[in-house]
Amino acid sequence: MTEPHDDHPHVPGPSLWPVGFAVGIVVLLVGVIISWWVAGLGGLIALAFAFLWVRDLTAGTPLAHAPEVAPETGGAAAADAPATATIHEDAEERYPRSKFLELSTLGLGGVIGGIVTAPAIGFMVAPAFLKQGQKDHDLGPISDFPEGKYVIATYMADKSQGEVSRRTAFVRYNGQLKGQPSFTIISNHCAHLGCPVQANGPLDEKNTKTFGDVTLIPTVSIAGFGCPCHGGQYNTEGNRIAGPPVRALDRYAFSIRNGRLFIGKPFSVSHVDGAGSSAVIHKWAFSFPGEHVNGLESWLYPIQPPH
Amino acid sequence: MATRRLTRKEQMQQAILYPVDWLEERSGLVGAVKYFLFRKVPGDTNWFQTLGSATLTAFIVQALTGTILAMYYKPDPNSAYDSIQHITNDIWAGWLVRGMHRWGASVFIILMFMHMGRVFLFGAYKYPRELNWIIGVLLLASGLGEGFTGYLLPWDQTAYWATVVGININGTAPFLGPFLAQFLQGGTYINADTLSRFYAIHMLMIPGAIAALIGLHLYLVIRLGVTSPPWSKEAAGTGPLDGETPNGKVGRAGLSRFRRGR
Repeated sequence: MTEPHDDHPHVPGPSLWPVGFAVGIVVLLVGVIISWWVAGLGGLIALAFAFLWVRDLTAGTPLAHAPEVAPETGGAAAADAPATATIHEDAEERYPRSKFLELSTLGLGGVIGGIVTAPAIGFMVAPAFLKQGQKDHDLGPISDFPEGKYVIATYMADKSQGEVSRRTAFVRYNGQLKGQPSFTIISNHCAHLGCPVQANGPLDEKNTKTFGDVTLIPTVSIAGFGCPCHGGQYNTEGNRIAGPPVRALDRYAFSIRNGRLFIGKPFSVSHVDGAGSSAVIHKWAFSFPGEHVNGLESWLYPIQPPH
Repeated sequence: MATRRLTRKEQMQQAILYPVDWLEERSGLVGAVKYFLFRKVPGDTNWFQTLGSATLTAFIVQALTGTILAMYYKPDPNSAYDSIQHITNDIWAGWLVRGMHRWGASVFIILMFMHMGRVFLFGAYKYPRELNWIIGVLLLASGLGEGFTGYLLPWDQTAYWATVVGININGTAPFLGPFLAQFLQGGTYINADTLSRFYAIHMLMIPGAIAALIGLHLYLVIRLGVTSPPWSKEAAGTGPLDGETPNGKVGRAGLSRFRRGR
């Protein structure tokens, strides 16, 4: 059992000196930032512990042989096995400790992976759903909008994003309703799959007005809206009259401040009864094109993401 | 016996073989490549069975040309269109590389479908190769995803509105559709982040997935072997093969039979 061998594993004896050495190095590095005195102190600590450590290793005293550890064996097997049983007899045997190490490796790995992955996934997904609200945008004095005629208004929803945020809306002044100006503001996003609907009728492009990022193109007289992609057709109130769209065109809320028209948040419309200022608008939460907002099919979209 | 002087030819052979042997001894790579390339295949395979490797070649062409295009392309709403014009009109051979990528995309998709058709008509999706069919379907979906995300990158009117329509088609999927659409365009509307988002998906996420799936696809092809055509008299690879299984059992899930069978 104890025959002298040269091939014993030469493991250094247990020692606390490296911990002190590491602390010294940390103090040294912190000192580089804070003050040279601290750095010097750290250097001294590191040197002192390095000396003790090296002396420990070289003085020969505890250059201990690794302690002879009897191979661990599972309870019943250990009792039956002869005293000479060695680890080589059953290489397949598993130790409780190895199971623990396996589980802790997997567990720790999972935790570390989760800590790293969760923020990255969140960074990928969350911005698409946060801060989606749209700010009201100034479309100019209401005197720019002749009664009963549509004006095609384009504007940048977010100037910091530039042209990519440009939107188009069809704006019609409906005259006064109970002493307040009434507007119909229709989105140009086709309710089929979001292509830009066009005004069906001649434009009065000579009288185009431009200020800031807003462009207003008056129309002479239009008979409704049509989509160039798949042929959806809408009447002047935005109701679907032909083609594949599933609902009426979306509309925008609006407000008037100091005689100027501000375009507000979009909302979806299933259909509109009547016309102009007396129209009854069946309003629903803003939904993506192609989604039914009412009826049986709307059950397919029970939850809308925050728009 | 005295050592004979090596002939010139033998010297040459040794000089050539030395680095190969060096590599083989340290990595086993030469053997692995031989194992991969010099497999036994049924004697009556035909040209239809080259469609898979043709698809792989098309993917490699896409990966190479795409990587080079990425050196000049700028995924930014304000400069994307101009950088495409620059690639096409100004940079030497830019029109060629962009054309290879643009038309190669169609070639890749068409070849995937033809390969799929061959596998279907030859019955090569049947036991024990069902899993490889499933991986192939995932590859097809990833390839179509590449087509969808790549279509936006020229950032012209066609690209923009086709992508609007594509995103909104995703949006009409039941229940999660609206969330998928909003995730894809990174907001309620197409915005400044959408283009770079599509670019990252197009050139990092999906190609990585495709490369990994191709690895699995080829692994299963090598493990299970090539199927004979349906009219084959050899019937190799069309049914359980003779030969012992490694562990003497009738194969668990049948796979061990095929490991030895070839």
